[in-house]
Amino acid sequence: MALLETANLHAAYGQTRVLHGISFSMEEGTITTLLGANGAGKTTTLRALCGMVRTEGEVRFGGQRIDGRATEDIVRLGIAHVPDGRGTFVNLTTEENLRLGAYTRKDRAAIDADLERVYGYFPRLGERRAQQAGTLSGGEQQMLAVSRALMLRPRLMLLDEPSFGLAPLIVRELFGILRALNQKEHVSMLLVEQNAAMALDLADHAYLIETGRVVLSGTSGEIKSNDAVRRSYLGY
Amino acid sequence: MEPFIHQVLAGLATGGIYASVALALVMIYQATHLVNFAQGELAMFSTYIAWSLINAGMPYWGAFFLTVGLSFVLGVVIERVVIRPVENSPVLAVVVVFIALLVILNSVTGWIYTFTIKTFPSPFPGQPLFGNKYMSSHEIGAIGVTLVVLLLLYVFFRFTPLGLAMRAAAQNPESSRLVGIRVGWMLALGWGLAAAIGSVAGMMVAPIVFLDPNMMGGVLLYAFAAALVGGIDNPAGAVFGGFLVGVLENVLGAFVIGNELKLAVALVLIIGVLTVRPSGLFGKVHVTRV
Repeated sequence: MALLETANLHAAYGQTRVLHGISFSMEEGTITTLLGANGAGKTTTLRALCGMVRTEGEVRFGGQRIDGRATEDIVRLGIAHVPDGRGTFVNLTTEENLRLGAYTRKDRAAIDADLERVYGYFPRLGERRAQQAGTLSGGEQQMLAVSRALMLRPRLMLLDEPSFGLAPLIVRELFGILRALNQKEHVSMLLVEQNAAMALDLADHAYLIETGRVVLSGTSGEIKSNDAVRRSYLGY
Repeated sequence: MEPFIHQVLAGLATGGIYASVALALVMIYQATHLVNFAQGELAMFSTYIAWSLINAGMPYWGAFFLTVGLSFVLGVVIERVVIRPVENSPVLAVVVVFIALLVILNSVTGWIYTFTIKTFPSPFPGQPLFGNKYMSSHEIGAIGVTLVVLLLLYVFFRFTPLGLAMRAAAQNPESSRLVGIRVGWMLALGWGLAAAIGSVAGMMVAPIVFLDPNMMGGVLLYAFAAALVGGIDNPAGAVFGGFLVGVLENVLGAFVIGNELKLAVALVLIIGVLTVRPSGLFGKVHVTRV
């Protein structure tokens, strides 16, 4: 059974329709990426999965319908969203940001242990645990956003352009950690990226989205070797 | 010198009450960016509840804590029933609702209890504590109660997960939803807490100004001035502002401008702060790119 599955998903902001019947699915434990140009509807797809925009159509998580539910309830099912723009609580400390990630959990001892585990993955956050999160650099805030999502102990992580605005070295470091999280902790990930080459290297499966529709899907290898994709999105 | 010290200390006592109401204003402001003009009348209504309970034969502290609890519930209910429907409306619509609440609470109280001034008991002894000649027991007690309230709030917001969630919801609702915080309920909780704080302020000020439906009018103005002086988005600033305004009001009233013009101190402060330093002493300066 697929971990996440959408069927004929539509979404609109007011009068502007953005998604025109997106259908895709992903298996537990895998990394799937949604590729596409600016304005294709990638971010909106992630927002639709979390109930942050009005949608029509079906979304199933672990076989259960979740479309139409409130964002707060979807989070409780184990879906952690690393939003576009990082969603930092700028006036709170790094550690408070992380503790908020575990807001829905009640196992206090395990939360403390997870904090240390996250600091293990991102030592720089550990050094800055008492610092106001708004003063962190862009890369650190992105790491914070990923870490905050991890604090939920999610079954599925939705990552919205984690490479955006980061130096190439930081991006490589971040993607390395994402791969480790997927392999060691079996966190499933749905990744939205403009950096198609990096996304395809990380992901198992890929979907190509154009103007709110899926136009191509396959394993990362298949997509990578597709001529049209190579020319339009990989640039060689 | 002695009368001066006396006025400063008495100012601290009323200042603590302004600080509490200012804190209630700041709490709502942080979450909604609006000043709740009905905060004072809400506190006044709570004080009448306490008066009824005490008159029905309940011991003072029993009535005190029951009133705080009832005020909390009242605050939550008002947010859910009255404020929630206008949550996304234009600012003016919400302000009109606040003013309507003010007028309704004021007149309903007058209708139930009449506008006759009543005495309200103090839980503290009539003779000055420790034989000091500067402050009455009630003044010392009121400062003590205020400090306890402030301490409890500080601990709640600083050290509990719920307090953290409330702060998060106030500053970033979207991210808060993404970590599972029920933002709407955090707002309601904020209203409940603000109403509870207000009720304590009402019960502490009533023995001084006596109980009548208009008793909080002046207090609300001073509290608003206090919140502005401290910076309307800064809780610690609001508390500092409260004590400052209390002392200024008393000292200026006693030695400079006379008691009749005391309220003008608050108005001058409000206008002064808004024109010279709108973010207050400790508030954040907001810069928006246009």
